[in-house]
Amino acid sequence: MKFTFNWLKTHLDTDASLSEITEKLTAIGLELEGIENPADAIRPFRVAQILEAGPHPNADKLQLLKVADGSAEPWQVVCGAPNARAGLKGVFAPPGTYVPGLDFTLKAAKIRDVESFGMMCAEDELGIGESHDGIIELPDDAPVGQSYADYAGLDDPVIEVSVTPDRADCMGVRGIARDLAAAGMGTLRPLAEVYGMVSLTPIVGDGSLPNIAIADHEGCPAFFAQNITGVTNGAAPNWMAKRLTAIGQNPISMLVDITNYVSVDLGRPLHVYDRAKLTGTLTARKAAAGEEVLALNGKTYALTDTMTVIADAAQVHDIGGVMGGEHSGVAETTTDVLIECAYFDPASIARTGQALQLTSDARQRFERGVDPAFLDDGLAIATHLVLTHCGGVASDVRREGVAPVEQPTFAYDPALCASQGGIEVPADEQRRILNALGFTATADWQVTPPTWRRDVLFVQDIVGDIVRMVGLDKLPSAPLPRVPGVAKPTATPIQLIERKARRAAAACGLNEAVNWSFLPQKDAEAFGGGDWSLANPISEDLKVMRPSLLAGLLSAAKRNRSRGAQSIRLFEIGRRYFKSADGSSDERLTLGIVLTGEKTPRDWQAGKSTNFTPFDIKGDVMAICDAIGLDAAKLMTLGDAGEHFHPGQSATLRQGPQKVVAAFGALHPVTAKAFGLKGAVMAAEIYLDAVPAKRTASPIRAAYAPPSLQSVTRDFAFVVDASLAAGDLLRAVAGADKANIVAARLFDRFTGEGVGQGKQSLAIEITLQPTEKSYTDDDLAAISAKVVAAAAKLGGELRA
Amino acid sequence: MTDMTEITGRYLAQIDAAADLDALEGVRLAALGKQGEIALLLKTLGKMTAEERATAGPAINGAREAVANAITAKKAALETATINAQLATETLDMTLPPPPRAAGSIHPVSQVMDELSEIFADLGFSVADGPEIEDDWHNFTALNIPETHPARAMHDTFYFAEKDSQGRDMLLRTHTSPVQIRAMVAQGAPIRIIAPGRTYRSDSDATHTPMFHQVEGLVIDKGIHMGHLKWTLETFLSAYFERDDITLRMRPSYFPFTEPSAEVDVGYKQEKGRRVIGGSGDDAGHGWMEVLGSGMVHPKVIAAAGLDPDEWQGFAFGCGIDRLAMLKYGMDDLRAFFDGDLRWMKHYGFNALQMPTLSGGISA
Repeated sequence: MKFTFNWLKTHLDTDASLSEITEKLTAIGLELEGIENPADAIRPFRVAQILEAGPHPNADKLQLLKVADGSAEPWQVVCGAPNARAGLKGVFAPPGTYVPGLDFTLKAAKIRDVESFGMMCAEDELGIGESHDGIIELPDDAPVGQSYADYAGLDDPVIEVSVTPDRADCMGVRGIARDLAAAGMGTLRPLAEVYGMVSLTPIVGDGSLPNIAIADHEGCPAFFAQNITGVTNGAAPNWMAKRLTAIGQNPISMLVDITNYVSVDLGRPLHVYDRAKLTGTLTARKAAAGEEVLALNGKTYALTDTMTVIADAAQVHDIGGVMGGEHSGVAETTTDVLIECAYFDPASIARTGQALQLTSDARQRFERGVDPAFLDDGLAIATHLVLTHCGGVASDVRREGVAPVEQPTFAYDPALCASQGGIEVPADEQRRILNALGFTATADWQVTPPTWRRDVLFVQDIVGDIVRMVGLDKLPSAPLPRVPGVAKPTATPIQLIERKARRAAAACGLNEAVNWSFLPQKDAEAFGGGDWSLANPISEDLKVMRPSLLAGLLSAAKRNRSRGAQSIRLFEIGRRYFKSADGSSDERLTLGIVLTGEKTPRDWQAGKSTNFTPFDIKGDVMAICDAIGLDAAKLMTLGDAGEHFHPGQSATLRQGPQKVVAAFGALHPVTAKAFGLKGAVMAAEIYLDAVPAKRTASPIRAAYAPPSLQSVTRDFAFVVDASLAAGDLLRAVAGADKANIVAARLFDRFTGEGVGQGKQSLAIEITLQPTEKSYTDDDLAAISAKVVAAAAKLGGELRA
Repeated sequence: MTDMTEITGRYLAQIDAAADLDALEGVRLAALGKQGEIALLLKTLGKMTAEERATAGPAINGAREAVANAITAKKAALETATINAQLATETLDMTLPPPPRAAGSIHPVSQVMDELSEIFADLGFSVADGPEIEDDWHNFTALNIPETHPARAMHDTFYFAEKDSQGRDMLLRTHTSPVQIRAMVAQGAPIRIIAPGRTYRSDSDATHTPMFHQVEGLVIDKGIHMGHLKWTLETFLSAYFERDDITLRMRPSYFPFTEPSAEVDVGYKQEKGRRVIGGSGDDAGHGWMEVLGSGMVHPKVIAAAGLDPDEWQGFAFGCGIDRLAMLKYGMDDLRAFFDGDLRWMKHYGFNALQMPTLSGGISA
């Protein structure tokens, strides 16, 4: 919302300075967005007169001017403007002036061998308009030597504030002035006085009435109108055109400018129809499906039967409250008009505007909710302006329907200001503020908001207004009550799992990335496809909610590879997105890892660089599992890691045969290639959501004393089928004599000569812990026999 | 009478001359071995008379002891020399590098989330959570943003084509505020929570990414007012930035889910092209920067969550986590947060052991 300082002062009688006003605007919730004085850029430009104009000796299209700008001597100026002539008064820029429209600083120069000092300017050169039809021509009484900015009244700062969506009333300059007055920045002038009217009573006309009707009372509860016949639609008066220009609106014609001005000044949109282009009754009705209208922005809109329009017998003329139609718009030749001042249902306007994707000043105001009690006043002001500036004869006012003017009354308690707003404000001051804002408050605090404040729906809104006006800078801090003692832990089990997993992953040398939750379709499909696709993605690359964290990590790995990274260790913790049977979101917290490139670089000790193997990522996965309370050694290593993994070099870790807690291994080369990655790529996902939360147990551990007897180790090598899983043999050996075997570790694996075709040799070290007495040779022989027997069940033969 | 002095002197000279342990052992055998000269002399003592023994005993024993001691000392010297010679061949260039180790890192967003959890745990707030794929009731309607509300249009919402079983439109949450509703419904009142997480808006330019992180704060209790909100934010920001000169400016604003509502600016100083949080924004060389939206939870929101707004009241606030991280740690490009560039991670990331704690400091 833009307005100028002087414009504001037409409503607000104040001695406050510009900076006081702008600071207060922010303080009361009308945040200052910007302030700009158009005069600042053109201070050096002066009113000047061309004393002489003669031909340039070397150029047909140039003239040689003598220009007086109030300095001692006239300037010699070479000028190419066709309208430059002796006696003309215009705007002059002396040498050294920065010309904003041309973005350069003038210097004395020779033009076709003749010296030229400064220039006579066109509007666009000053940056105040677009006209380049010649140099500016000022009236004869313009005083030579005066600053042009002062002369033209451009020294008027333009203020821009951001109006929050609740404040329909502040979509007009008057509403802003009222807020400032209530905040102690002056007094609000009576509205009639602002418009030079004796009173705001409706203007009584010639007895005739406009031909209007309402068929859609829901979308358009009230439709007031007044005809004016015999108008002359010229240019707007200077003050109005200047204000509209200052806020970036191009003056169009008197009638159009009046509606625009009243809209900005009072937050009251109007529409003016050329009656010559209307046929029959002008009716507020629902559009028929398929109806179209060519709007004032030059675009044609297809309407639906939920939209309210103003139409005559022949066609739609106005998307009610959103934008007028081209057909019945006023033109220079217009003589008979109808002024519409209606109340449109805010929700209906919002739906229509959203459906048509059409924003306008009118929509912005109607959807926030204009003052339903201001139809008569708005029409009176519009008619007054038209009669004053365009002449003509008014009809009587026709009023169809009734706007919803009723306001709720609240049983307000001034103590609420402190108990909710946190600020003690004396009841008298609260009453003063409410009155200044237009509220009525009875002696026993029955408070009714003014009709223009449709946003006041709860007592909290009244508190908000008072706090706003008193100022949040007056708000004292109050400590939150604190539970005595040391703060209690607050993290939930899954939060603890996430935190531990993250720190453990980083401790494994992995770097945490945060990747997009959405993927390109093809990336999602590489991981089985996603359950959720955005209907309105920002781009096709950010469309499908990820079914796996690996896609994002692989893309990040590829980017790093392209940047020359040799060794890439990435992880991410985030959600995978699935759909529950009931259509709600099923989001699963997951940790993803990608390892690619060099595991170790070439090294003076180790020699050549090494690449990652599936056992590297298995190690990371097990370390993280241990950190989050899963005893990794007890998890089952099974298959079915997923189609995106190498079928022979991947596995799942499970708690029991069914519950998968992690999948890891070498990525399938086809998947790696799809993400542009060459060489070995290891990947893993740990399904943190599947990890059981640890029951909060007592911190006391099971009793323990280190064994007094020394443990002993024994080595066994078994020849088994090459297809036997080493883990199965290890598990069998470890379980062969649970009373004595406390650990079993595989330390060698050998295939080839001496072992036999289709066989492998697996060497296992077992650790035996005696409890009461040291082992005898017989004891050890018995344990060995159990181990050998356990291995034999899996086809294992003790290697000689 | 044997001349013990001569014998002792001879062996001591041989011991001294022994070049290695073998030579020394030869001397020991010659003197003290079974057939050694001094050992044989010792054996003669038994055959002597008491008088003879009184003289010869100390002399022979003295010789034996002197020679034995000299051998022990010489042996130690020879062993030291041997090991020194051995070590002299084992010299390494200790400036050579050790085997390389991979150093991991924690993303700044995660680190800041941990910092927030730590700070707010001390204030009695627990961490709450909710789905990122939300329904429009939780994301909008329950937060007093009806379908036609202009504020809904301000949110640049990502939608899905699907509806849930109750016919609600499904969307990506535009803020963490729906967690307020879910937490109140699940836990009732009184309640103190923060809710950090991913949020989404259809917006992408130099300072906006379509995915970003927010943290929501909510306190519902009896007698909670705007002053408590201000204190909480001051306390939080002072703890987070670890500065005592944090100055807030609250400006009235509008959010559908709070009333009264306030935007919160924090004062900063411009130092070497960077914004350093602290001081009043009105001081010379300072400015104000918006960091938070906040307010008293709207009675309609409390009612939507199934609580009685006449009994319970409180405040809520919301804040961008990425922005908090940038302000504290000095990153200037939001887009880099989501790029996964290892170079950026190594520069801005955190070591696994840098856990924010109250005793060790939030910034670890």
